[in-house]
Amino acid sequence: MRVGLFVTCLVDLVRPSVGFAALELLEAAGCEVTVPSTQTCCGQPGYNSGDREAAKALARKVIAEFESFDYVVAPSGSCSGTIKTHYPHLFDDDRGMRERAERLAAKTYELTDFLANVAKLANVPGRFDGTVTYHDSCAGLREMGVKAQPRALLAKVPGLSVKEMAAPEQCCGFGGTFSVKFGEISAAIADRKCDDVDASGADALVLGDVGCMLNIEGRLRRRGNKTTKVLHVAEVLAGSDGRSE
Amino acid sequence: MQVQSMHFKARASEALSDATLQANLHKFGSAGLAALRARAVVDYGPAEFEALRDASAAIRDRGLANLPALLERFEREATRRGATVLYARTGAEIRDLVLEIAARHGLKKAAKSKSMLSEEAALNDALAAAGVEPIETDLGEYIIQLAKEPPSHIIAPAVHKSKDEVSDLFVKFHATERKTDIPALTREAREVLRSHFLSADLGISGANFLIAETGTGAIVTNEGNGRMVTTLPRVHISITGIEKVIPTLEDFATLMRVLTRSATGQPISNYVSVFTGPKGALDADGPEHMYFILVDNGRTGLLGGEMQEMLRCIRCGACMNHCPVYKTVGGHSYGLVYPGPMGSVLTPSYVGLEKALDLPHAATLCNQCGVVCPVKIPLPDLLRTLREKQVDRGLRPPAERLALRLWAWVAQRPALYALGTRFAARFLRMLGGGDRMVSHLPFAGGWSKGREFPSGPGRTFRELYAARKKS
Repeated sequence: MRVGLFVTCLVDLVRPSVGFAALELLEAAGCEVTVPSTQTCCGQPGYNSGDREAAKALARKVIAEFESFDYVVAPSGSCSGTIKTHYPHLFDDDRGMRERAERLAAKTYELTDFLANVAKLANVPGRFDGTVTYHDSCAGLREMGVKAQPRALLAKVPGLSVKEMAAPEQCCGFGGTFSVKFGEISAAIADRKCDDVDASGADALVLGDVGCMLNIEGRLRRRGNKTTKVLHVAEVLAGSDGRSE
Repeated sequence: MQVQSMHFKARASEALSDATLQANLHKFGSAGLAALRARAVVDYGPAEFEALRDASAAIRDRGLANLPALLERFEREATRRGATVLYARTGAEIRDLVLEIAARHGLKKAAKSKSMLSEEAALNDALAAAGVEPIETDLGEYIIQLAKEPPSHIIAPAVHKSKDEVSDLFVKFHATERKTDIPALTREAREVLRSHFLSADLGISGANFLIAETGTGAIVTNEGNGRMVTTLPRVHISITGIEKVIPTLEDFATLMRVLTRSATGQPISNYVSVFTGPKGALDADGPEHMYFILVDNGRTGLLGGEMQEMLRCIRCGACMNHCPVYKTVGGHSYGLVYPGPMGSVLTPSYVGLEKALDLPHAATLCNQCGVVCPVKIPLPDLLRTLREKQVDRGLRPPAERLALRLWAWVAQRPALYALGTRFAARFLRMLGGGDRMVSHLPFAGGWSKGREFPSGPGRTFRELYAARKKS
């Protein structure tokens, strides 16, 4: 299986360990992984800000970079969701591009979905001694149907047990540019997520999107919680501490 | 209809610093209507409920596709059964029509059941000014009428009020001993309202649906006040949007299954009242005169356009019950009668994009609204379409446009992008210090007001990956 790894712009900038963890897991699952070096961003910030032309330009670029692979995998429900559920609609008025977008969409996966359902990863390299609680990020859950997959994979990690929080499917308040434009509201929404994380008593919060991760970890730390680890599911599965040293 | 929607951010900020409101909203969010809906869906069967949503959306689409013909049919059937059907283009025309009817019949007191159209028209002020005393009889509406506030939720208008605040209001306006438990408060309101029901000569209601084949209006209530309002006073006026017309009673039955479950988790509301014309010769009760006022007030502007799906809305409130933003800032922040996701789509569509710039952006696009909407309105997509229209019409702030253009331009140039992120990663790492947390993110004060920003290790994935491949 030839897999193109879409690293995502946030992983590239602030959390490279997620990219390496994804790479390791895909290779452990027997995939031949390529990381196209010209990749940048899927275009979602433009798309969600009403800049359709910018989104289309970046969609064209991603389609050209990734359409030759058997699969496209991203360690993010949000970015894979943009490619899978939104790219085709960007080209409603361009039949040729729309067909290419649809072909790409059909082979694009969120990482845990791909590992669990396509590559059927049997054993995970990681180990985690303690309890984790899983936050279902909105796009992963509602655009990509990611819910059971990360939990099934986490169940394979030696030493790890999952403690569900009260409302794991509740939005954390990130919302991309929303978190800057409406910072006060965004932080207040994040508070409820932080309350849930604290109440779960888990040693680590685990999730599948770096956007939510920055938001929730940023709020947890500002509230004074310095102990609960915040890790991407790929990091936990691969046994990485998230620091890239 | 006073437009306050330009002030969303400021009002939301006030709402966030109001401790009582925050406590009330928190209670609503944690034990509210969303949980009741979830249970109802499980009871009904999730797959069956999905099918019901599809069927309901299809009924609404059929209705909208044939709107003029359906309205004509409704008018014909309602008129044949003795009702008068009137049309209002604006809130002002609603007020004029209602006052005209009140004057014609010499009416002095209006008992009202919940009507959002009455809010669109700011009808109560107009009635009072014309010497017709308006009395809200839905318990929530009654509470906020005493408090002189607009509703903060389309089906639970006083959801922002606590029991204690209601107790205070009742002591002040009823001059009775303070009650503290909810059944006692409710009983007190019932006693006060009873005399109003009996003395009102005008009943004003909305209509959840208009059924074209029989010329019938229908309302759902849980308190029975709607039944009183539509049968006791000698004149009844039902005010509703033109988009509420549906073809048949069969369609009504389907939509009822999805409406109450989505709204409150009930298989059916305590009361479903259908009204077809005034009291007939053989009827024991009912109004002597029955009017329907069918309102446009911006709705035809959505017909046949990109926003038409919004007109499917059956006003259940599920989108706001599930909205993280609504649950955090409450309904009053939205500044017009319709709050939450449906309001953020409707308000700019009704009053103009430029008068509600924040609303389409006041959402995380989490799609919790979209997946619960009983008629499958793609609310996040519609919000995004409004954002696109803002950009097309040059309504976004220049700094935001510049930043996005610059980002898009750089993101299309991989070498430049790699250089930029290389610099940014190091800069963030430097700002992050020992604990790798940035407390003041440059150009993103909105973020840093409430959060740290985890800085990362100072090298991009791209750099580290290239180094690893070399070694």
